[in-house]
Amino acid sequence: MISRIYVADKKDPKFVQSYLFTHFFSPQELTRIANALTNPVLENFSINSFPKIKKTFAMEIGFKPGVTDNVAKTVKETVVDLFRGKAKPFEIYSSKIYFTETSYNPLIERAHIALKKHGVIHFPLEIPKVVLKKETPVINIDLAVSDEELLKISREGVANKDGHAKGRAGTRRGPLALDLASMKTIQEYFKKLKRKPTDIELESLAQTWSEHCKHTIFANPIDEIKDGLYKTYIKGATNLIRKQKVGKGQQDFCVSVFSDNSGGIIFDKDYLITHKVETHNSPSALDPFGGAITGIVGVNRDTIGFGLGAKPVANVYGFCFGYPEDKKRFFKDKNLQEEMLPPKRIIDGVIKGINTGGNCSGIPTLSGFVKFDDRYRAKPLVFAGTVGLIPKKINGKPSHMKKAGVGDYVVVVGGRVGLDGIHGATFSSVAMDANSPATAVQIGDPITQKKLSDAIIKEARDLSLYTSITDDGAGGLSCSVAEMAKESGGAEVDLEKVPLKYPGLRPWEIWISESQERMTLSVPKDKWKTFQKLMDKRGVEATIIGKFTNSGKCIVNYKGKKIMDMDMEFLHDGLPKHNLTTEAILPLPNLPLGKGEEKGGGLTQTLENLLAQKNISGFSFISEQYDHEVQGTSVLKPLSGRGRINTDAQVFRPVFNSNKGVVLTSSTYPSYGDISTYHMAACAIDTAIRNIVTAGGKLSHLAILDNFCWCSSNDPRRLAQLKDAVKACYDYAVGYSTPFISGKDSMFNDFKGYDEKGNPVAISIPPTLLISAISVMPNLHKTISPEFKKAGDIIYLLGETKDELGGGEYLKMLGVVGNNVPKVNLEKNLKTYLVLEKAIEKELVASALSVTSGGIGVALAKACIGGMLGCKISLDSIGKAYGVDVKLFSESQGRILVSVPPKNIPAFEKIIKNIPHTNLGKIIKDGKIIVTAGKNKILETKVKKLHNVYHSFSDSMK
Amino acid sequence: MKHNKPKIIILSGYGLNCEEETKFAFEWVGGNVNIVHINDLIAKPGMLKEYDIMVFPGGFSYGDDTGSGKAYANKFKNHLAKELAEFLSRDTLVIGICNGFQIITNLGILPGGLTYNKNEKYLDRWVDLEVKGESPWLSGIKKISLPIAHGEGHYVISQKEYKEMEKRKQIAFTYTKGEICNFQNLEKNPNGSDYDIAGVLAYNGRVLGLMPHPERAMFPHQSPLWQMNKTKQKEGAGLQIFKNAINYFRKNKRRK
Repeated sequence: MISRIYVADKKDPKFVQSYLFTHFFSPQELTRIANALTNPVLENFSINSFPKIKKTFAMEIGFKPGVTDNVAKTVKETVVDLFRGKAKPFEIYSSKIYFTETSYNPLIERAHIALKKHGVIHFPLEIPKVVLKKETPVINIDLAVSDEELLKISREGVANKDGHAKGRAGTRRGPLALDLASMKTIQEYFKKLKRKPTDIELESLAQTWSEHCKHTIFANPIDEIKDGLYKTYIKGATNLIRKQKVGKGQQDFCVSVFSDNSGGIIFDKDYLITHKVETHNSPSALDPFGGAITGIVGVNRDTIGFGLGAKPVANVYGFCFGYPEDKKRFFKDKNLQEEMLPPKRIIDGVIKGINTGGNCSGIPTLSGFVKFDDRYRAKPLVFAGTVGLIPKKINGKPSHMKKAGVGDYVVVVGGRVGLDGIHGATFSSVAMDANSPATAVQIGDPITQKKLSDAIIKEARDLSLYTSITDDGAGGLSCSVAEMAKESGGAEVDLEKVPLKYPGLRPWEIWISESQERMTLSVPKDKWKTFQKLMDKRGVEATIIGKFTNSGKCIVNYKGKKIMDMDMEFLHDGLPKHNLTTEAILPLPNLPLGKGEEKGGGLTQTLENLLAQKNISGFSFISEQYDHEVQGTSVLKPLSGRGRINTDAQVFRPVFNSNKGVVLTSSTYPSYGDISTYHMAACAIDTAIRNIVTAGGKLSHLAILDNFCWCSSNDPRRLAQLKDAVKACYDYAVGYSTPFISGKDSMFNDFKGYDEKGNPVAISIPPTLLISAISVMPNLHKTISPEFKKAGDIIYLLGETKDELGGGEYLKMLGVVGNNVPKVNLEKNLKTYLVLEKAIEKELVASALSVTSGGIGVALAKACIGGMLGCKISLDSIGKAYGVDVKLFSESQGRILVSVPPKNIPAFEKIIKNIPHTNLGKIIKDGKIIVTAGKNKILETKVKKLHNVYHSFSDSMK
Repeated sequence: MKHNKPKIIILSGYGLNCEEETKFAFEWVGGNVNIVHINDLIAKPGMLKEYDIMVFPGGFSYGDDTGSGKAYANKFKNHLAKELAEFLSRDTLVIGICNGFQIITNLGILPGGLTYNKNEKYLDRWVDLEVKGESPWLSGIKKISLPIAHGEGHYVISQKEYKEMEKRKQIAFTYTKGEICNFQNLEKNPNGSDYDIAGVLAYNGRVLGLMPHPERAMFPHQSPLWQMNKTKQKEGAGLQIFKNAINYFRKNKRRK
């Protein structure tokens, strides 16, 4: 039987919730179910008849068959529980019915509009069930073919058998994204074995060797750098810093770096703190909500998968979008059928995805940023990161060590496997076009993961019920099992044992599916029963799918037949090396620098305009919809002060019994890369470090993370830009003694398609490097917030101002890139930061704000808005030779805007005497902001006005 | 029943997530606390008899699917209805915070219900509250500022029931304009709750449900005002609610 239960709000239904059942329930039983799904105080239900409503039509939006339906899952649990596990078999599909035309994503959702006829609205009783065609489970692939054919297999995927019967070319399974050298290596390997590879073997290699998993661009030799960029500059910097720290008798706080799912450093004598930042760009371009939510819950699993399992204690995010007002239409295909989503849809969906993922999981979303550039129409960048906490030792053993033992069971826990997320890893390694697979999209289910997370890190871990754990992310089981098999020396899996969402999946699909909320563990035989019982009690599905071996092979069986038999060595290390070469970038033409001195009221307007720029103004509409106070740990929040300005760094207290605080921040300057990616990287590192110190963090206990989001990485000029940026990472990380502990790259953020007239269009994102930083401060009570506190306090600028408007927000507003990109003076800045640390340690400062985009002008405005106070400033003592716009808006690094109570001035001046500093003026009560140069008042406005300007973008997005 | 260290059960599982910080707050003020997964309580329902205080903490049980608090309340009702009635018949205390409040209204032990915020968006900010009702949980508190973080915090009640509740001192808190709203120029009742209600009482004040999170205000540094006045005090305002619960069992000598 098929029945529908409708539930709607009594007073003012904005939508009707529909539950469609296939079942054998009696009418009485169905009413009992409907009662359980209705809160009688708020809602009414009806069965099979749509509620009587004064509307002419209604629009149903539900999920397409096979897409994760979390509401349906909850209803199923509720009904099973209602009948004490004795419910007759049933299936349930949820949907929402609206009374206005509502946008939906045809990639994952289905929509149905019903018009009112004879006074009633009627919805059909049709079931969106997954039906998969029966097909040969495993096929062998002939690789003894031409290079051209090899490339076709790589580009379009293995040919399905479906076409042959009809005498047409078969459909293809989607990109393997391997280059010719790799395809030939595979060809050679199987030639030696005298057999054809199976589809699962080929798909498995494509996953393991993908750019996404192997980071080939960072690993391969490039020009004269034989060991590649990662080993030489990123890992190289960390190794050198650690050695230097030990040599100088300082604490080497790195514990587990670059080897695990997250990077781990010391928090205190009892705990480690971990950090990891991921990107989920391609999935977010196709399905913004699904892409973002799986991004954040995915990186949560990188925390749960650190060592024996760390507890997620903070989420971070970063968004790079096209402008919300941009309405230009782009299509993937020449026939203009497949349209790319406009920025506003992407923005709304992505923001909501991080909201649901973080809020539902009970992890505070503390730190984040949002940037805009037209070029992010190519792909939005969605950064998602998680900080974790883990005791240093668990049952006497170091918690960051893990090793799957020979004979341990291969156990999968959490969600089931479906077609969702197939080819995610290989897909993100190519540009987006009409061949991009829709199955690459997944919907997250934070509650399934929360149950899994609690059962693992709050119980099973401390009972030592498993020996190793890792996340099922990119490449699914094919990567997680192969990765863990390295620890024991091999693995053998029986694929038919993997729990599926629906029948009919082919073995290769089961093996590489990226269905969410799953982790793979190695469970010793004698612990299995206890483990299974515990998982069962917590509502978490756990299944043995094989065992770890030391055979040196990764073997996969399906219904008793061996379908994959591969040497571990070839799987992991067979990927051929490929020499990358770069080509010099053309120097920039000489563009105008500053505009020169301005007089009169022009600058007031300029500052107000600058403050309204979306890259500068507040984004409280995001911060306040993310729960940043759950777990009760907040110290410095995302919004601060009377005027609720966005803070650059945030502080929290992960361990209640400790006074230690953790400081988080991130920084990126994509527009500087238009001039120099070297300085872009240097400035990002400098800013991240400065933000940390400004909030009260410590340089001596500060680690950084890199996320490279590049474009067209097969273009030697883009590689030259990359090499420059990575070189700067080395120089400045070593210079500041701040080791990299984790990183990730996403190298092909390009779009190739058509505009609405059918003309070809190619868009590439600006090369983007996100530097995230994490620091431990000894006493969280010394945290400093950025806003001005009190009239009468004296305002200082620490650091030097130079003519460095290039790539900055001021010139951008004037439509110019400029040439004088900010450069980092490591030696001077280091001194400044250490002096600031001392001043904060001695509690001499009332506020401290890191000067970044928009220069001193914007910094002053933000500090005033935050405190809802005015200030009287003179620019005279800042580098006299520059024009006032340079003084106000130059983005020179290494500067901090500080306010100091009068009583602390002598002590403060003593501390800062050996670093460049300027007494700018003082905070005043009446809310006026007055800036003078010489005898001229060059800027005058009111804090209330600036407050409105600063929040106007955010208010428009609410 | 008088004792110095009352036993407290904090429920967990299925997406509840504030149990650890709530445990810390109760332990700090002298409680003897166990976090118990609902499935473990269902397996041994008799254990509820050992406890004096039952806590439904904040969280996102079942992801708010089918309506906040509904699915968790269904599970509780299906298996533990008798034990709940027994627990309430003793001189015990119950608190439901945020999602916990949503759960216990769905359990039917508090009047009214909670629905979507007026602008349909999840919101995290601080609010000012005025104490209206009478309850052991609220001794000595007249005004207090606490944080909220929810998408379904709009309290719904009929006018008739409201009048009754007012008479019986069952309105625990109302949203009001106080030092936080004045500091950050915020509206007093951000979710559109009927009659500005932020928390309600039942069973002679022994059962409290509230949307704001007192456990997120147990340290002074959690307040948005802290940076203006970095007090050396160790305790935040929210801790008083937990202290009151403990004191109820310490002081309450001559109750029936």
